[in-house]
Amino acid sequence: MSNVPSDLKYTKSHEWVRDNGDGTVTVGVTDHAQELLGDLVFVETPEAGTNLAAEESCAVVESVKAASDVYAPLAGEVVEGNELLADAPETVNNDAYGDGWLFKLRPENADDLNGLMDADAYNKLLEEEA
Amino acid sequence: MPFIPHTQDDIREMLATIGVPSIETLFDEIPAELRTGELRGIPDAMSEMEITRLMGDRAAQDAGALNFIGAGAYEHHIPAAVWQIATRGEFYSAYTPYQAEASQGTLQLIYEYQTMMTGLTGMDVSNASLYDGASALAEAVLMAVRVHRKSKSRRILVPTSVHPAYRATTHAIVDGQEIELVEVPFDPASGRVSLDTLKPYEGEDYTALVIQQPNFFGTLEEVDELTRWARANNVLVIAVVNPLTLALLTPPGEWGDDGVDIVCGDGQPLGAPLSSGGPYYGLMCCRQEHARQMPGRIVGRTVDADGKRGFVLTLQAREQHIRRSKATSNICTNQGLVVTASTIHMALLGPEGLERVAAASHANTQALVERVAALGVQPLFSGEHFHEVVFKLDRPAAGVLAKMAEQGVLGGYDLGQDYPDMADCLLVCATETKTGADLDAYVAALRTALA
Repeated sequence: MSNVPSDLKYTKSHEWVRDNGDGTVTVGVTDHAQELLGDLVFVETPEAGTNLAAEESCAVVESVKAASDVYAPLAGEVVEGNELLADAPETVNNDAYGDGWLFKLRPENADDLNGLMDADAYNKLLEEEA
Repeated sequence: MPFIPHTQDDIREMLATIGVPSIETLFDEIPAELRTGELRGIPDAMSEMEITRLMGDRAAQDAGALNFIGAGAYEHHIPAAVWQIATRGEFYSAYTPYQAEASQGTLQLIYEYQTMMTGLTGMDVSNASLYDGASALAEAVLMAVRVHRKSKSRRILVPTSVHPAYRATTHAIVDGQEIELVEVPFDPASGRVSLDTLKPYEGEDYTALVIQQPNFFGTLEEVDELTRWARANNVLVIAVVNPLTLALLTPPGEWGDDGVDIVCGDGQPLGAPLSSGGPYYGLMCCRQEHARQMPGRIVGRTVDADGKRGFVLTLQAREQHIRRSKATSNICTNQGLVVTASTIHMALLGPEGLERVAAASHANTQALVERVAALGVQPLFSGEHFHEVVFKLDRPAAGVLAKMAEQGVLGGYDLGQDYPDMADCLLVCATETKTGADLDAYVAALRTALA
């Protein structure tokens, strides 16, 4: 059973979103997603200053099996990419909700957060997909 | 491993299993207007005897003459052992290994090839090869756009001293991808790009600068200062090289202060015969930090579960068969047989042999320059050249070349074909294959043609 923290928001494409309370959000891939991908060998994060539309592909997580896109959960401007991952991509496997975050975003519209799934809804999605 | 084609019975059985009346119906979803239809202009099939005769006649058209044409494909001596070994059954395939890890010998050979290429270019990583030098440049341009994420312009600076066929091929491949190739003129006195010719592009957003060394005219570019210029202007550098010349010249991994970003070129001078234009192979190397954006395949060395050495294809996760339309490139292969021959060629000659071939080619071209001076024919450009030089004539080159050909001498490449204002210019190459008597024959043929 994957770990799905209750204080986060989720997307159908298995990203998690944390509201930092300062007008920015942090984005990563869920524990379930990292489990499916297997050992990550490379992570490409977006450049600060990039403007993203919701659901735009903006990062790549590459494992020994496949390279998969990560999508922007909300429209907004990238504030920071996690540079730690360039040298230590396995951090996503080891700490998906902590040091393994991918990028920080300043959403165009803070209300968009409410449109994402909560932990219960995401758990239900995982059950359906199982 | 036997290759067994489908029989008519196999095909009928497969179609019956999936409930489809004919192979044609599998393509029903492609609208009629998008289909090619009948192929026109294709001649009727010929028998083996007829085709052997035709190919023999065609091959004879450019055989036997004394060849002084370079222009991107160079005549070098290839030791007889090279193709003897390359055509052994174990190696004799034009193809990339599809069941890769079952072909350890092929993978090891490619690994050795990659090691030789990184040695020659001074770069961190080499791929397993591409189709040819021209398409390798197009791939390098696409790669530069992927790598240089801070540059938004998708504009590439391409000097007109870069091989015209390479530029044409690159246009064909990148124009439809909203990438602009910006033509940079060369300095007409020296025959190379100068910092003055680059001045108008300073302070603007360009993704990459292409530097060919030696350039199409055989002239040596001032690669250190061009590379420094690019760094200072936040522009990536793509080097186009003749790998043989790297036995003598500074490798692109050392140009400027810390080297270039991507190196590409044609591997033909390293063991592939001229063969009427192909097949040759493309080489591509890059810095370690760009490796994940490099197209094609890379062979890596590893150990198996028992700790024994083995070879594998690495970085496949971004290739087409896994990543479909999001693949790094639509290149999903490498040039098999020619790279095999080339690797054997390099192994036989060794670094010292390559250096001697390069030095002898340079010396022969220099000797030719001195000998034609007696006819009052001079090099057009003041820049130093490697093993190819532009001669300026007092009349159109085309007529002179025709008269030289009548005497059995292919006297060079008519530059007017690509540079309309250079119709009286001849691009000439004398490799290590030319003897003193050959050079005399050239001068005699040119004297007669100019008389």
